[in-house]
Amino acid sequence: MTDSRSFAPRSRDWHPPDLSEGYKSSTARAPKAPLLRLDPTLSETSGPTFGHSDLGSLDHDLLRNYAHGGAPIGERIILHGKVLDGDGRPVPHTLVEIWQANAGGRYRHKNDSYLAPLDPNFGGCGRTLTDGGGGYRFFTIKPGAYPWPNWQPSWRPAHIHVSVFGRSFAERLITQLYFEGDPLIATCPIVNTLSDPQAITRLTAQLDMDEARDFDHLAYRFDIVLRGRGASVFEGHDGAPG
Amino acid sequence: MTDFRETPAQTAGPYVHIGLTPWAAGFTAFEHELGRDIAGPNAAGERITITGRVLDGDSAPMTDVLIEVWQANAAGHYPGTGDVEEGFQGWGRVVPDFATGVFSFDTVKPGPVGQMAPHITLWLVARGINLGLHTRLYFADEDAANARDSVLAQITDPGSRQTLMAQPEGAHYRFDIIVQGENETVFFDV
Repeated sequence: MTDSRSFAPRSRDWHPPDLSEGYKSSTARAPKAPLLRLDPTLSETSGPTFGHSDLGSLDHDLLRNYAHGGAPIGERIILHGKVLDGDGRPVPHTLVEIWQANAGGRYRHKNDSYLAPLDPNFGGCGRTLTDGGGGYRFFTIKPGAYPWPNWQPSWRPAHIHVSVFGRSFAERLITQLYFEGDPLIATCPIVNTLSDPQAITRLTAQLDMDEARDFDHLAYRFDIVLRGRGASVFEGHDGAPG
Repeated sequence: MTDFRETPAQTAGPYVHIGLTPWAAGFTAFEHELGRDIAGPNAAGERITITGRVLDGDSAPMTDVLIEVWQANAAGHYPGTGDVEEGFQGWGRVVPDFATGVFSFDTVKPGPVGQMAPHITLWLVARGINLGLHTRLYFADEDAANARDSVLAQITDPGSRQTLMAQPEGAHYRFDIIVQGENETVFFDV
């Protein structure tokens, strides 16, 4: 029943392990038993697709999609990049969703009670489809750092959560991007669930002055790579992190 | 960019609902939220409701979990690879009650997919889950099909196999997911 469009197993040395001692929440939420290898079947090589009729015209614009008579507070940025497959080819027309705290580090979520205020003009979520070349673009503000309880009080670096679908349910991925130069990255227990420094580099969005607009916004670039097919994906790509 | 290893995962965190189900976070930003109607109005087959909880290693309900559902229609077809009824998404997002951790979703019972018994693919993300967890929901009242299923056949321990069985209870199916500990649900390395 294995589908011919199969995937190599995900590398558990590259992704964070289910149980990461430094990240307290994972200790009771990581399965004890090893995962059972499932060669992807049609149930995993198929997946939902989305079209422009599913989205609204401002869904990608967090500066405007929750505006209630004003603009959100914060450093205005463009977040852009490409979604690529494991061979470096663009993945067009796939759904990318993001969510984030506001400039003060507060989430618009009924369960977040951090003392920084909500921003009446900022919801904190956006979504878009990649274009024909795999490109995506959001307008937003740079989120603030915020404190959280781990084994001891900790701080999250500024980050944006990213969800992407790809072409099949086996490719489903959620991650977080960080911002180049942030000294909190190195201290974060969630970042440090990653053991490979190159993996952390890959999650660090790069300042991109070419896309900044004078007197308006800065820009950051973040490319997303979905998992590859076949067994040789993790060999042969030893270039510098992109 | 020259490094085409998969982008590494990070936890979806406790506020995943802001991005994926704003209605559950308590606000509206999108005119049309995705994943709220799995089967749509035109799908053939038996209408079912599945109810359960996701429990952690301390047997506490994971009230902040988000589950994505992916399933075939009653004829065993997935959108994109087969013919499905208009409006059949086969995909949805399920969020439990934040106080009790009880989730519930309505759909149609999927048909067999090829030689595989009827099943629903589930993908769990939450605070403390570093890489989304894949599992499957099978139906306890499909004994004959389950006995022939090639994925279930890989699970030799009968108790472990039982963790993937939704149990009929009156008008709905019960399916609890135990992320860690005794009677731990089988999760797949997909």
